[in-house]
Amino acid sequence: MRIAGRGAGPDGADSMNLEPSEEQRLLIDLVRRFVREEIVPLEADLDPDASELDPADHARLAGMVREMGLYGLDVPREYGGPGVDVVTRTLMAIEMAQHRAGLYAPCYGVFGAVGLAQLYEATEEQKERYLRPTLRGEKRAFFGLTEPSGGSDPARAIRTRAVRDGDGWVIDGSKLFISGADRADYGIVFARTDPARGRAGVTCFIVETGWPGFHVRRVVHTLRSANYATELEFEGLRVPAANVLGEVGGGFAIANDRLSRQRIPYAAGCIGVAVAAQEMAIGYARLRETFGAPLATRQSVQNMIIDSQVDIESARWLTLAAAEKARRGEPFRKEAAMAKLVASEAGGRVVDRAIQIHGGYGVTKDLPLERWYREMRIRRIGEGPSEVQRLIIARDLIGGSFH
Amino acid sequence: MAIRLVKPWRALEADEVVRLPGQLGVYEVAGPSGAVLFIGVAGGRSRFGLRGELETELARRGPGFRFRVEVNVQYHTRYRELLMLHRADHGALPPENEAPPGLGRLRPA
Repeated sequence: MRIAGRGAGPDGADSMNLEPSEEQRLLIDLVRRFVREEIVPLEADLDPDASELDPADHARLAGMVREMGLYGLDVPREYGGPGVDVVTRTLMAIEMAQHRAGLYAPCYGVFGAVGLAQLYEATEEQKERYLRPTLRGEKRAFFGLTEPSGGSDPARAIRTRAVRDGDGWVIDGSKLFISGADRADYGIVFARTDPARGRAGVTCFIVETGWPGFHVRRVVHTLRSANYATELEFEGLRVPAANVLGEVGGGFAIANDRLSRQRIPYAAGCIGVAVAAQEMAIGYARLRETFGAPLATRQSVQNMIIDSQVDIESARWLTLAAAEKARRGEPFRKEAAMAKLVASEAGGRVVDRAIQIHGGYGVTKDLPLERWYREMRIRRIGEGPSEVQRLIIARDLIGGSFH
Repeated sequence: MAIRLVKPWRALEADEVVRLPGQLGVYEVAGPSGAVLFIGVAGGRSRFGLRGELETELARRGPGFRFRVEVNVQYHTRYRELLMLHRADHGALPPENEAPPGLGRLRPA
């Protein structure tokens, strides 16, 4: 897609050229072929709920991605990434999600880890110790925000406490719905350092999972049966002062920034799966005959396919518009919220219609639709539920704060 | 749902296995001493689910073993959870299990 910057009118207005540039089209085609020729065939032999490739296959495909010059796709250029702009990365993310595991494990991670976005703002010492090993694939990380008391309103919900002790801090509390903590080497944890200061009393810490007092207490099973979340408990977890990320009391801004940025690729994944489901629905409607004619000739089926295409197109344009604002360096919080809201809800509807068109086959594990159906339901909750996205949009349109 | 697998043990014999459901889930096999030897999974590609997997176990091992099963559509994450719990409780995986890639660490309270 060529948007303002290349397609803007002389007055600088937000005119949009709806066609991808030639360079973007080449990258889209490259990723599309990679998914269809390399990823999808491997899935035929994997468990339908698998989210990891055989290590040998992973290494081979990661090598192919390196040869394409696309490894570390989302890593900033100064840290070794290929320097692809956010609009093009969004277009590629839509393609990368178009396989069975694609919603939560696009291309099984063979395009490389990006690391926690917050660490790009860390001190040099912190980057050296945590970020760079993560980008080299030597360390894993987790993001610890949500607590049993809630996740949509972290400024108020955070009850985990961090208390100064000598030249460090001691953390006590718990976190819930945390992905990957049981496999991580470290993570970032948000804790209340000043109960009297509301959102200004939340601080972000880098904690190592091997430190005494860090416990992964249990697995939390969800609809997303390929991966689990975990519940964490911190018991007198000592953290050196050097592991405060950002400023003391500045944790909420760090959490908020991450949530806004993450919404664009989150939306792109929903669109990718919706595109794949729609492709399956159209193919099956053409093929499957009932009462002597293909399903595709039935107006009730046509209407489902039409509604799905409208859902996909509207989600795609909202998401690309948000990405374009981010690319220009303009505020994009409202646009990212709109993209996440529309894409996650539209994606669910599209997959649901595709299942309906497939009938009984649609709910079997023979096809990816049932997995997408379960996983897509989570997307309306993860990274801020639809209701919070609407609050964010309302605040931008009307003003005021959340009450 | 209990964190650990708490279903009753049964003898690994043909008349027990034939009554098993063809559903997805997880299972454990124990030797004569009662120690768990293997944690298995009947996943989405298992031809006859738990029944099919335990038929294979019976054919492979012969008599003298016990098993227990848990029907669970979240077999994938439940399998990894059981492996992590066994390692947390006993310091190692069951002798016949190999760690799947990226198996995590659990420390239940």
